[in-house]
Amino acid sequence: MPTTSFRQPHTGTPAANLPLRHRIRLHILEQSHRARFGHIGSALSIADIVAVLYGGVLRGTGEDRERFILSKGHAVLALYAALYESGRIDRATLNTYCADGSVLGAHPEHVLDPIDFSTGSLGHGLSYGAGSALAARLLGQDRRTFVLISDAELNEGSVWEATMFAAHHQLGSLVAIIDANGQQACGPTQRILDLEPLAARWQAFGWSVHEVDGHDVDTLRATIDAIDPTSPQPHVLIARTTAGSGVSFMEHQVAWRYFPLTDEQYAAAAAEVTAAGEPR
Amino acid sequence: MRAAFVETLTALAERDPRVVLMTGDLGFNMLEPFAERFPDRFFNVGVAEQNMVGVATGLAESGLIPYVYSIATFATMRPYEFIRNGPVLHQLPVRIVGMGGGFEYGNNGATHYSLEDVGILRMQRGLTVIVPADDAHARDAFEQTYALPRPIYYRLSKGSQQIPGDFELGRLTTPRSGGDIALIALGPTASDALAAAEQLSAQGVEATVAVVESFNPSPVADLAEVLAGVPYAVSVESHLVDGGLGTLVSEVIAEHGLPTRLRRCGLADLPRGTTGSLAFLKEEFGLSPSAIAGTATSLVASARR
Repeated sequence: MPTTSFRQPHTGTPAANLPLRHRIRLHILEQSHRARFGHIGSALSIADIVAVLYGGVLRGTGEDRERFILSKGHAVLALYAALYESGRIDRATLNTYCADGSVLGAHPEHVLDPIDFSTGSLGHGLSYGAGSALAARLLGQDRRTFVLISDAELNEGSVWEATMFAAHHQLGSLVAIIDANGQQACGPTQRILDLEPLAARWQAFGWSVHEVDGHDVDTLRATIDAIDPTSPQPHVLIARTTAGSGVSFMEHQVAWRYFPLTDEQYAAAAAEVTAAGEPR
Repeated sequence: MRAAFVETLTALAERDPRVVLMTGDLGFNMLEPFAERFPDRFFNVGVAEQNMVGVATGLAESGLIPYVYSIATFATMRPYEFIRNGPVLHQLPVRIVGMGGGFEYGNNGATHYSLEDVGILRMQRGLTVIVPADDAHARDAFEQTYALPRPIYYRLSKGSQQIPGDFELGRLTTPRSGGDIALIALGPTASDALAAAEQLSAQGVEATVAVVESFNPSPVADLAEVLAGVPYAVSVESHLVDGGLGTLVSEVIAEHGLPTRLRRCGLADLPRGTTGSLAFLKEEFGLSPSAIAGTATSLVASARR
């Protein structure tokens, strides 16, 4: 990818001509740089997925609204960015990320109005989602529930309790999205607790499995749109992703779960994301 | 309290379509009346207590009132973090129903004794803990609290004792009055405390018996009043002496500056290698009427020396 000079200081709203997924990446970089805190690599990993969800997939307001549960709560910077870009929180709120007294911590809390569930401790989200999908059926609500799970999170046994429950109760309106970036806190998933064959495992648990490129927004959108929420099987999108996606020096590097950006690194990363998003 | 639970819950479900019952694959020959009447609102989630509490959290967030049922220890300790991060953190009306607190599953051994549940759940702020003393109190408790907009843990007893007085959330019931000593009992241990009080009376010691049936809200004001009226007190609980009732009574004495001398009847440690009938275990761990009376007598005697 060609690098360009750092043309735009990203201390305000990114240029409107940039696609949503690039704007989300710029917010992730800007907020983590400003706060000197955040799981940057994990957030960049799901930037395209949340761009799709908040760029037109999630429907409704009030009790019938479609639920989104960020089970991998540590990637919340991507969610905050999407909430801002979709008009659900304002710029002043976004800018409080990790500030003293802010509701925008490094893991999401439901007390922030557009967030349905507090998460952070891994392995809870799919159970919440199964309950939400079951509630929709009991209450006669026509809505879907989306749960975004990290691949390492699949180490938690409770996730598999929830997969069995959802399949047994035929919760077709439940859509799990696995951010399969192959990285976990201390290294590659393959080395720490191998998850493969991932698709076969979910299939064996009775889910309808869709394997997608987690950075291909058109395919992501088309795959979600093609899901039948009245089907007898819950759905899982195994989204193959790259940790640190969009910033070449961060990609596949486990360190970007932890380290803040220097000014130079921030400038280079923002320039790369901007250049990638600009029309050619 | 099995019948009291399922009958009351079925009646509540009749009135309120939000009521849902889930079980972690326990309650055979007990939950059927509900399951048969409301098959669409009954879910056996399998042996998966974490997921049960997580699903209940999702249901409650959507406006339902889920009851999750298991043996007390499995209902509380296995999914503890799910309870904390789910219903407690979100302040959702999930109801956790634990059967057989203390060592009511005596012959089943140490893994089945629930001796820490009240203490650990009392630590969860915004979660109400209810330990009904008998069937009638259990029915009242379910009726009075089912619509509370926060999580509740009900610790139910397999026994069928009868305790005078009415359940009232955050209040004490005092089925017996006496000026020499107060026996403060947790829920169904009230029957043993009352029997102990009879034994003490035969020795010329008149005891008040007060029954604690709820925490968060806890009957702090009532306890302070009872404790202020006696020189001695004994707490009685089928639970570790730490964290639960014994700790609550200690706190009330300390924070109200009372001169009351306290001894705590309960378990000092998790039993290892000791199983048996409930009656045997009560005797073994100082919770039989004669053991409670003995503790009271020795407290009075040691203080008078």
